[in-house]
Amino acid sequence: MKEIEMTVQILTANRLGDGAVVYWSKTGSWATQLAESLVFASAEDAAALLAEAGTPRAALEIVGPYLMTVDNSGGAIRPVETRERIRANGPSVQFGSADRTESLPLSLAG
Amino acid sequence: MYRYDEFDHTLVNERVHQFRDQVKRRLAGDLTEDQFKPLRLMNGLYLQLHAYMLRVAVPYGTLSSTQMRKLAYIARRYDKGYGHFTTRQNIQFNWPKLEETPDILAELAEVEMHAIQTSGNCIRNTTSDQFAGAAADEIEDPRVYCEIIRQWSTLHPEFTFLPRKFKIAVTGADRDRAAVRVHDIGLQMRRNDAGEVGFEVIVGGGLGRTPVIGQTIREFLPKQHLLSYLEAILRVYNQLGRRDNLYKARIKILVRSEGVENFARLVEEEWAHIKDSALQLPEDEIHRIETYFAPPSYERLEDTVRAFEVKRFEDRDFASWVRTNVTAHKEPGYAVATISLKPTGKPPGDASAWQMDAVADLADDYSFSEIRVTHEQNLVLPNVKKADLYALWQALRDVELATPNAGLLSDMIACPGLDYCNLANARSIPVAQRISERFADMGRQQDIGNLKIKISGCINACGHHHVGHIGLLGVDKKGEEFYQITLGGSADENTSIGKIVGPAFSYDDVVDAVEDIVDTYLQYRTDGEEFNDTFRRVGLAPFKEKLYAAH
Repeated sequence: MKEIEMTVQILTANRLGDGAVVYWSKTGSWATQLAESLVFASAEDAAALLAEAGTPRAALEIVGPYLMTVDNSGGAIRPVETRERIRANGPSVQFGSADRTESLPLSLAG
Repeated sequence: MYRYDEFDHTLVNERVHQFRDQVKRRLAGDLTEDQFKPLRLMNGLYLQLHAYMLRVAVPYGTLSSTQMRKLAYIARRYDKGYGHFTTRQNIQFNWPKLEETPDILAELAEVEMHAIQTSGNCIRNTTSDQFAGAAADEIEDPRVYCEIIRQWSTLHPEFTFLPRKFKIAVTGADRDRAAVRVHDIGLQMRRNDAGEVGFEVIVGGGLGRTPVIGQTIREFLPKQHLLSYLEAILRVYNQLGRRDNLYKARIKILVRSEGVENFARLVEEEWAHIKDSALQLPEDEIHRIETYFAPPSYERLEDTVRAFEVKRFEDRDFASWVRTNVTAHKEPGYAVATISLKPTGKPPGDASAWQMDAVADLADDYSFSEIRVTHEQNLVLPNVKKADLYALWQALRDVELATPNAGLLSDMIACPGLDYCNLANARSIPVAQRISERFADMGRQQDIGNLKIKISGCINACGHHHVGHIGLLGVDKKGEEFYQITLGGSADENTSIGKIVGPAFSYDDVVDAVEDIVDTYLQYRTDGEEFNDTFRRVGLAPFKEKLYAAH
């Protein structure tokens, strides 16, 4: 039986130095792992933290903080929107590579 | 190729210095993000989903081998080892660090490149025919005028804060390979009855939320008036273009609301004031720029090259590549070679650092060190001796760049989409990959013939979906990715905007839908018909029937 979706809020942003996706964690700092996120039952509960993330002090570390909805039924945190799934997991496509040895073999064209 | 003069070098180096200071101040907290954002965007630095993205200008798509090697070096040293060539003939790096971006710009300045005006409401990189200077069918090399426009538009104080971004394309051939009718201004070189060369001026084209085909406001503009006329158009737009609504701010909306005749009248009135001003292009200045684009020292060759013909006869794979990826050159014994960046199952337009290095070496060996970037996200070696084509093809095959698909179904345009882009609603690249895998059989693609599929991840239409024979637009439906399909679009000299075929398809179903469309085309086409010929003859009905009857 499918579990009932339980949506809660977490705080996310991009890291200033490299733009990496970060989440406000249970340990009170910005983390790159979604699973470490501090969960809020509602946007109202997270309002104070969101305001703090918008201060000049926070801007030394992050860019563009906002609250996002996640599903935490069953204990694991899962983004609800496709966009946030891709933000959490990285691009769903293979990258190029600096050197040929790193590249996966491809079928030769022609 | 154009070489920077002292003024260009100073301008670009000063900008690097300024940006280095701005980054330092942002990192130190002396600039807020709101203050910093417009400054970084003026230097082509966006913040995307997972990282910053640096968009580097490749003026009118022309690169030297030295510049290509530098791009490879930047990809390796500062990024994740690859770059993405775009529909504006630029290159984007997807993973630069903020602190290192000034160093990247300094590296670029060393090879006469920059990221200025690759973002913001200014005049962007002028695009052109990727075969410019080499094409057998061109009147003159359009890059001369692209460069003149570049010099005029770079940091033009009057046009730094336009109502919206502004894109110009120039083509020198009747066959439009630069999509001039879907640009804010399109310039099509024409010869008048007296045999003089000038421009047909087309305005108000564009894609995005409101696709519009540009309209001609002047059939023939003498060359010496190019800049004054462009300035007159920009002035009318700058004064009357809407700044109150982001979605109505492009010149296409202004041309439509004013009516093309009235818009043309306003331009002519403005032009009358400035026509004979310092903006007039003296003949010797045109010649000065022309010298930078002087043809390379071609050998005098016979046009029929026996060794090439023999190889084409002996090696079917080579013959396939020649059929799709080699184009006629204006010089006897030479050819233009398109390097496909669309291998089966790979992201369209991406090139690894080692491939960029390889292309640079091949340009040195076979093409007078020159490379072009196409708006269809491929590369071109514009000046290859026919006698060298076989060796070139073998070398390209060794570096996985010899896919014989230029112009075929798998030669798709795809924007970065939701895998990278902050604006996207849906992914583009994996859809392109899945389509190319579905049609991986090259024999099948050759049988289908020329077919342009263009994919955008959102309504901003960076993937030019409106002008694809088959266009896919990613939309968000309750958090899920769906794709709206348009048919019958075209960006060539017979420009048309595709028609929506019906309700959108899910991410899982969209590849089947594309295959159904292709099968329907094959079922209905008659001898010699390309996709749009058939589509214009039979209309949407049989495609709708095939796509939706079973659903």
